[in-house]
Amino acid sequence: MDFFGRPKPADQQSAKTKSAQDSSKAEEKQIPWVEKYRPKNINDVTAQEEVVQVLRKSLETKNLPHLLFYGPPGTGKTSTILALTRDMYGPEAVKTRVLELNASDERGISVVREKVKTFARAVVSQSDPRYPSPPYKIVILDEADSMTTDAQAALRRIMEKYSRITRFCLVCNYVSRIIEPLASRCTKFRFKSLPREQAVGRVSEVASLEHVSCEEGAVEALVDCAEGDLRRAMMSLQSASRMVENSTLTAGIVAELVGVIPQPVIEKLRGSWTASTSVSDIRDVVDDLIYNGYPASQVLAQLHDRAMADEQLGSLQKAKIALLMASTDKALCDGADEHLQIMDLMVQATKVVAQQA
Amino acid sequence: MALWVEKHRPTSLDKLTFHSDLTEHLKQLSSSGDLPHLLVYGPTGAGKRTRIAAILREIYGSGAEKLKVSQRMFETPSRRKLEINLISSNYHIEVNPSDAGIYDRVVIQDLIKEIAQTQQVATSSARKFKVVVVHEADALTRDAQHALRRTMEKYMGNMRVILCSTSTGKIISPVQSRCLLVRVAAPSIEDVVGVINSVAMKEGITVPESFAQQLAAGSKRNLHRALLMLEAAYVRQYPFSDTHDIPLPEWELFIKDISQSALKTQTPAQLMAIRKQLYEVLTHCIPPTTILKTISTHLVDGVSEDLKPEIVHQAAFYEHRLQSGQKAIVHLEAFMAKFMSVYKRHQMASV
Repeated sequence: MDFFGRPKPADQQSAKTKSAQDSSKAEEKQIPWVEKYRPKNINDVTAQEEVVQVLRKSLETKNLPHLLFYGPPGTGKTSTILALTRDMYGPEAVKTRVLELNASDERGISVVREKVKTFARAVVSQSDPRYPSPPYKIVILDEADSMTTDAQAALRRIMEKYSRITRFCLVCNYVSRIIEPLASRCTKFRFKSLPREQAVGRVSEVASLEHVSCEEGAVEALVDCAEGDLRRAMMSLQSASRMVENSTLTAGIVAELVGVIPQPVIEKLRGSWTASTSVSDIRDVVDDLIYNGYPASQVLAQLHDRAMADEQLGSLQKAKIALLMASTDKALCDGADEHLQIMDLMVQATKVVAQQA
Repeated sequence: MALWVEKHRPTSLDKLTFHSDLTEHLKQLSSSGDLPHLLVYGPTGAGKRTRIAAILREIYGSGAEKLKVSQRMFETPSRRKLEINLISSNYHIEVNPSDAGIYDRVVIQDLIKEIAQTQQVATSSARKFKVVVVHEADALTRDAQHALRRTMEKYMGNMRVILCSTSTGKIISPVQSRCLLVRVAAPSIEDVVGVINSVAMKEGITVPESFAQQLAAGSKRNLHRALLMLEAAYVRQYPFSDTHDIPLPEWELFIKDISQSALKTQTPAQLMAIRKQLYEVLTHCIPPTTILKTISTHLVDGVSEDLKPEIVHQAAFYEHRLQSGQKAIVHLEAFMAKFMSVYKRHQMASV
C-alpha cells in the first residue's frame, strides 16, 4: 500500500492538490461515527440516567457487582460498559484489565473453559494510580444471548469462583435468553429506548461536528426511522452524508436511505380496500409493489400503522385486519413467499372492509 | 459465443440504462473515495449483480474484472472439512455462503477475518480496502449474520461488505443498520423495451414494437429473462412477425396444462394424473414455490370472482406449509386437492 506516502493514482484524479492533512482526514472518515463518537466517559452517556447513577456510585465506592445489561439495540449498553471500564482503569490499563468477547469470536464452551477461565484467574496486574483501579478485572461478554446454553452453564461456576478478582458484564438484547442461574448472579440493568428529544439532540450534535448540513426535519426523520436505535440513526447519518457531499440533507433522502416505503405506495394499497376492487386489480397493485423491491415486512409494518390510524374503519374491522396481519407476519417470519402472503393479506382485508360497508 | 445477456451486460456505471437516480447516487458514493457497507436488494433480474460489478469497476478500475475461481478449504469446529468456491480478483472476493449450508458461519468468520486482517499489498491499488461480496445474503443463517455484526464494525478500515439479497426481510436488523440500503427495483416495462431495442440494434436485428412490448410483459419485468426470451425467439424464427408467439419456457406451459386440467375435471383420478405431472415438474428442478405460485395464478384467472379470494388464501396457506415442511410434493398435492374440493362444492352450490 502507500509505501512512500505518495498520493495514490485515483486520488490524483479526484483531487490534484491533496495535502497530507487531507489524506489523514480521509483516513479518519473511514472510522464509523458510531465508534468515533462513542461516549468517552460515563458522564457522556446519552439518556439512561438511572443506570449511569448507579454505576457512578460504584465507581466511587470501587465496588461493582456482576452486571447484566439488556435492552433493545442501539441504546448504549456496550458504550456504557466500555466507558465505565475506561473511567475505572484509564486508557492504558484497560487493555490488560478488560477482556471483551462478542458473537464474532468463537464462543463455544471450549472458549469459556480456556480463554475466559485463564483470564479470570490471572492475578491483577499493575494499575494506573491516577484512576480508581479497583483490584479486579472485567470480562465483557457482548451479545451474550447468542451464547449457547452449555457455554452459559460453564460460566456459572467461573463467575463465583473468581469473583474476588474478576467481574463479569453480560450484554444482551433479550434477558430471557440468558439462563436463570446466570441472570440471578448479576445485577440487572434495563436500558430503555432513547427518548426522541435526546436522540435528536445527540444526532444533531454529531451532524454539526461533522459539518453535515441538515434541513429542518431531516434529523427528526433519521431518529424516527431508527425507532430509538441511536446506532442506526448514526449509521444512516453517516451514509447519508456521503451521498450529499456538498448539499443539504433532506427528510426525503433519509426516507429513501433507510428503506422506508413512500407514503403514496401505502396509500395505494389502502385505497384498494374497497368493495368494488376485483382480485385482478389487487394483483396488479401487489405485483407492482413486489417488482419495485419493497420488502414485505416493511410493507406490513407501515400498512399496519396506516390501517390502525384509519378513521374510516370500525373497531371490528381493525381487529380483523390486525388478526390477518399477525398471521401474515408469522408466515413471513417462517420464510413463506412474500408475494403470495401480501396478496392473501390484501384480498382478505378487502373482503373485511367490503363486508361491513 | 456468449449469450446476449452476458455479452451486452453493462460493465460500468455510465452504461447503466435505467434507474438513473440510483446510478447517480452510486457514482457519488464510489467517487467519494470511501464506501459504506452496502446491502443491495431487489427482485431477480433487476440488475443487482450488474450494479455491484459496476461499482467495483468504478472503484478499482479494470483490475476488478480479472476474475479467477479458486477453491478454499474451511474446517468447522467439529473438524469437518468444507470446500467452497470463491470468485476473486485482486481487490474483491465473491462468496456464496449458502453453499456451506449450516456451516456458513465458519466461512463468514474465517474468510472475512482473514481478508480484513491482511492489507492490500499491491502498490497500484487505489483504495485501502478490499471488498467482500456476499451473494444470496438472505440465505445466511442467523448465526452467520450475528457473526457479521461485529466484524463489519471492527474491520471497517480494510474491508467493506456488499450483501446482495432479494429481500431485506431475512436480514437481521443489526446488520441492516450497519449497511447502506440500496434498493434496485425491477425495470419498468418501458425500460425493458428500451433495453430490448438497444440489444437488438447491437445485434443488427429488427424487433417490431408490439413484439418487444409482449416480450417485456411476458418477462414479468425481469430483464435477464426478457433477453433470454428474445434470443430464444431469434434462434427459433427470424424475422419476427407482429403476431409472433413469445416463447414461454416449457415448464410454464406444462404448469399451465396442469391448471387447465384441474379446472376441467375434479376427480380422484384426475388428482392422480396431476400428481404424476407435478412430480415431473419437480424432477426438472423447478422450485416448488414457483410451481405453486404459477398454478395459483392460472387457477385464480380461471374461476369466478367470488371464489378468487378463497383460492388466493389457500395458495398462501399451502405455500407457508411448504416452507415449514420437508416434502414439497405433499403440499403441492394438498393444494390441488383442496382446490378441487372448493371448486366442486362451489359449482354444485351454484347449480
